[in-house]
Amino acid sequence: MIHNDTLLYLDGVTVSFDGFRALNALSLVLERGEMRAVIGPNGAGKTTMMDVITGKTRPDSGKVVFGEATDLTRLDEPAIASLGIGRKFQKPTVFEPHTVWDNLLLALAGDRRPRFTLWARQSAEEGERVEAILQTIRLAEHRGRRAGDLSHGQKQWLEIGMLLAQEPQLLLVDEPVAGMTDAETEQTAELLREINRTRSVVVVEHDMAFVRALGVKVTVMHEGAVLSEGSIDHVSADPRVVEVYLGR
Amino acid sequence: MSRTATTTCLVLVLGGAALLAVLNLALPADAPLHVPTYTVSLAGKYLSYAMLAVAVDLVWGFAGILSLGHAAFFALGGYAIGMYLMRQIGTRGVYGNAILPDFMVFLNWKQLPWYWHGFDNAFFAIVMVLLVPGLLALVFGWLAFRSRVSGVYLSIITQALTYALLLAFFRNDMGFGGNNGLTDFKDVFGIPLHLDATRDGLLAASAVFLAVELLIARYVVTSRFGKVLIAVRDTESRTRFLGYRPEAYKLFVFVLSAVMAGVGGALYVLQVGIINPSEFSPANSIEAVIWVAVGGRGTLVGAVLGAVLVNLGKTYFTGALPELWLFALGALFILVTLLLPDGLLGLARRRPRAAPAGPAPEPEPAE
Repeated sequence: MIHNDTLLYLDGVTVSFDGFRALNALSLVLERGEMRAVIGPNGAGKTTMMDVITGKTRPDSGKVVFGEATDLTRLDEPAIASLGIGRKFQKPTVFEPHTVWDNLLLALAGDRRPRFTLWARQSAEEGERVEAILQTIRLAEHRGRRAGDLSHGQKQWLEIGMLLAQEPQLLLVDEPVAGMTDAETEQTAELLREINRTRSVVVVEHDMAFVRALGVKVTVMHEGAVLSEGSIDHVSADPRVVEVYLGR
Repeated sequence: MSRTATTTCLVLVLGGAALLAVLNLALPADAPLHVPTYTVSLAGKYLSYAMLAVAVDLVWGFAGILSLGHAAFFALGGYAIGMYLMRQIGTRGVYGNAILPDFMVFLNWKQLPWYWHGFDNAFFAIVMVLLVPGLLALVFGWLAFRSRVSGVYLSIITQALTYALLLAFFRNDMGFGGNNGLTDFKDVFGIPLHLDATRDGLLAASAVFLAVELLIARYVVTSRFGKVLIAVRDTESRTRFLGYRPEAYKLFVFVLSAVMAGVGGALYVLQVGIINPSEFSPANSIEAVIWVAVGGRGTLVGAVLGAVLVNLGKTYFTGALPELWLFALGALFILVTLLLPDGLLGLARRRPRAAPAGPAPEPEPAE
């Protein structure tokens, strides 16, 4: 069932913490170049799914295959990151004492070993790449500021910019618009669509208006498994989804 | 940790040491500006402590590793040079044994333990000053960082490490002089240790080594490596998801820091003339952390400042009011933590920003 254009394939992934099944035989297929929105009530297992894909959590059973045939369950976080999977945290996580520029410079794809960084000098090519990302994330005027001094929304963009600098094939984005103003939410949707032109994206989000604005295929998770999948109109009409969100 | 602060510190350390040495050597003992040899060695001791402080600041201030056992590396460096100095005594010891140090003759040992071989060679001993603390840090750090031990837990294990070494070195069977340690040294590189000129030379050497250590540490923390290190300190998981291996960064800086502490310990023993297991006592490591906190964590220069000032205070207090010293040290630590979270250097840095009016303050350089 794996096609050549499948980028990520989760098959029967189960994770339990002290008897609680955070993921229950979860299966998911993501195409190359696709953007997917993942929604679901609290505790549905969305963040655990991200933890499994990025190597933070090892599943009890199941397969996670990236690209042709790479088994992600055998790798740790830095190895998976180097393969081309970037992750944005729920809470904006940037290097606060460093400038916006340095944050992006450290995120640029390249040699990560101490023996390289100890002697590294910023090359002209690195400068151009950082410059290009600064334009994309609209933080060009803030390049010299401490990242810790940025607004909440700006930090979110900087973190997305750091993921771009990593040049991943797949971007996992956890609640990117939480705590953002309407204008910032709008710009973030635009930014994600722009990123999606060259990369696959998985967005976990609570904000239904934002998911609708993205206009992509939606996966609804519930109790660690996929409840429903399809367009936003399709899933919102699904009685099981309605029950999970509104019932009880 | 601006460039001017570093330059000022280097000038003060090198200039101060040179001045003390010259005033000791060039002036007759009854001249008003003559510096007694005792003071020269005391200053040298402070500078070797400052080397330990910079080493602590490197791991604590920039990698977030609060080591409460760094004096162990300091003491190991001291023991390595002490073993060389013991072998230099030769037949001038109390028992006149050309091979065995006095304490081994006293214990009725017939031959030199295998790990004492080679220490009659100065070059070998110097390599050991670097290698022994470095290797211990490598093994310890590899195990700890690979298992992602951090925070309080790591601090506790470092404390346990130095305590274990304290107990081990107390034992006569270890072959390091037990309780009494190594002492009664005669000369180093063939030069008698008791000469004023030797003392002055050792002070100068301490100043030079401290300066080199500061420059290396500054290079490391301002390089891209250093930026990653600070990122690891504040947001370790983010660095990991960016593809960095925090354990490799911590391990490198931990080993570098241990080597620096070892060099400080070697210079300390050369000037103090004794090394015994009490140097491993946990209180010594904690005191080193206090020096850094007082001077300003994460500034390197502050570590030097803190080490020198606190030890000046210690010398004064333990002479004038010995029973009050520990209370004074405790009070100092509490006051600094409450009132000066950035240490003395933070105080100096804050003042210009509060200056009224004038042009807009320049953006602070990234640190």
